[in-house]
Amino acid sequence: MKDQSLYEYLLMLGDNSMILGHRLSELCGHGPSLETDIALTNISLDLFGQVRSYFQYAAELKGDEATEDSIAFLRFDRDYRNSIIVEQPNTDFAHVIVRQFLFDSYHVPLLEQLMHSEDETIAAIAAKSIKEAKYHLRFSSEWMKRLGDGTEESHQRTQAALNHLYPYLHELYHESPIEKEMKEQGIGADLSVVKDHSLATINEVIAEATLSIPESEPRMVRGKQGIHSEHMGFILSDLQFMQRAYPNMQW
Amino acid sequence: MDIKSLEDRFEAKIAAGESIEPKDWMPEKYRKTHIRQISQHAHSEIVGMLPEGNWITRAPSLRRKVALLAKVQDEAGHGLYLYSAAETLGISRDEMTEQLLSGKAKYSSIFNYPTLTWADIGAIGWLVDGAAIINQVMLTRTSYGPYARAMVRICKEESFHQRQGYEIMLTLCNGTPEQKALAQDALNRWWWPSLMMFGPRDAESPHTEQSMKWKIKRKTNDELRQQFIDITKPQADILGITIPDPDLKWNEERGHYDFGDIDWDEFWQVVNGNGQCNKDRIAAKQKAWDEGAWVRDAAVAHAEKKEQKKQKLSA
Repeated sequence: MKDQSLYEYLLMLGDNSMILGHRLSELCGHGPSLETDIALTNISLDLFGQVRSYFQYAAELKGDEATEDSIAFLRFDRDYRNSIIVEQPNTDFAHVIVRQFLFDSYHVPLLEQLMHSEDETIAAIAAKSIKEAKYHLRFSSEWMKRLGDGTEESHQRTQAALNHLYPYLHELYHESPIEKEMKEQGIGADLSVVKDHSLATINEVIAEATLSIPESEPRMVRGKQGIHSEHMGFILSDLQFMQRAYPNMQW
Repeated sequence: MDIKSLEDRFEAKIAAGESIEPKDWMPEKYRKTHIRQISQHAHSEIVGMLPEGNWITRAPSLRRKVALLAKVQDEAGHGLYLYSAAETLGISRDEMTEQLLSGKAKYSSIFNYPTLTWADIGAIGWLVDGAAIINQVMLTRTSYGPYARAMVRICKEESFHQRQGYEIMLTLCNGTPEQKALAQDALNRWWWPSLMMFGPRDAESPHTEQSMKWKIKRKTNDELRQQFIDITKPQADILGITIPDPDLKWNEERGHYDFGDIDWDEFWQVVNGNGQCNKDRIAAKQKAWDEGAWVRDAAVAHAEKKEQKKQKLSA
């Protein structure tokens, strides 16, 4: 394939949205209130909308009868390019919100850069997605403050979730060879800039939420290279079930 | 004004086809009947999210996944406006939730059946939403204003869901033999429970007479059931799958389909809590409610803190 690197970059972008969207979709009908249930489903819907845009484009590049669905559902686990943070389970609502907030803090500045991508399709997808991501960040930031500065229990749970998830955040900022190549071609984002913006948002919201940033070292993870957590196999067994059990059919 | 003249005025309004609004005087029984019916309807939307939600993570394509997520989200929205309509009658959403969890309030029994395959998502849209619409279209003209208005909006979305469900069935039936078998199996399992959704036969329906008189309902259970069968049989023919009722045939004289006996024992068993999923559905809602308690408490505590800060600043 001529555009192998671009193709893999699209997988990275799409897989993060897809796996996070999948985790949120598991909660549909089980939220702590109807309003949060609706809001989290909405975020999941936005993320899957982005996935479809990225994968339709990736399918075009790949040719040979590839479709958004073959890309979403028919890769082996090592071929998924998402970061490990989005695979982390819905342990409780605090974990859901912290995971969302950390991702949103990265997602907004990422899309802000991608809006100016040399690749017109990526720029168009980013321009549409940025409005959604900003809304997600507002939602998750507000909940960070409510939970952090709510009751003693909510504070403790949120700090515990932050302690667990924060070390995974750094993988999002860590530039892989594909991301470096895409940045150099003016197609991809500069993750050092994304990191600065993301950390500024995190520091501001965490302070207001009366929480503290854990001092732990970044976790050694390599999801971008396809080395995932033990959760991933179970996610894929749900995600891929129909396509594997009933291959080559139209739905 | 004495009770008798209030009652007369109320009955006259109903007879003239005017709608009753929250601030209007209404007999206690009318109010209670509405709380029962609207909250039951809201609970059905909320519990109904569970069997369909069961297939979101396993939907067979991105397009279907997005459509199913949006559909289940619509149901949450319907629950929300129905709870609001019931609140106009003097009951809180928390009270209604507690009634659902304690088993005091009912919800549609259809959701106590399991969703076993992807085709069940098609069958629920086609049959269950199809049956619901027949009931709900009638309710857009129900006498209580807030309920009727909620129904207008809900009906629009439901008919979209119904078409989506039928389209899933059509895709399956035009697909491989395995897919068509999934569709037939789903029809076999969902047909009779869908007919039961219209409630007991008129002769055995405890609320029908009063509900008709107050124009809460405008057609009886048996009339609505017949209407559903008459609409649905030709749709099954287009799909090329068979409704599991050997007695189902066109009756020229009546101008309707005749159909076989419904298993009312099964109906009452499920209503009384012995369906396959009754316990699981309530347990899932109970779990979400219990696990959400600290979140709801935190939201209240935070709002209070914010309010205090604001007052300090302005003091």
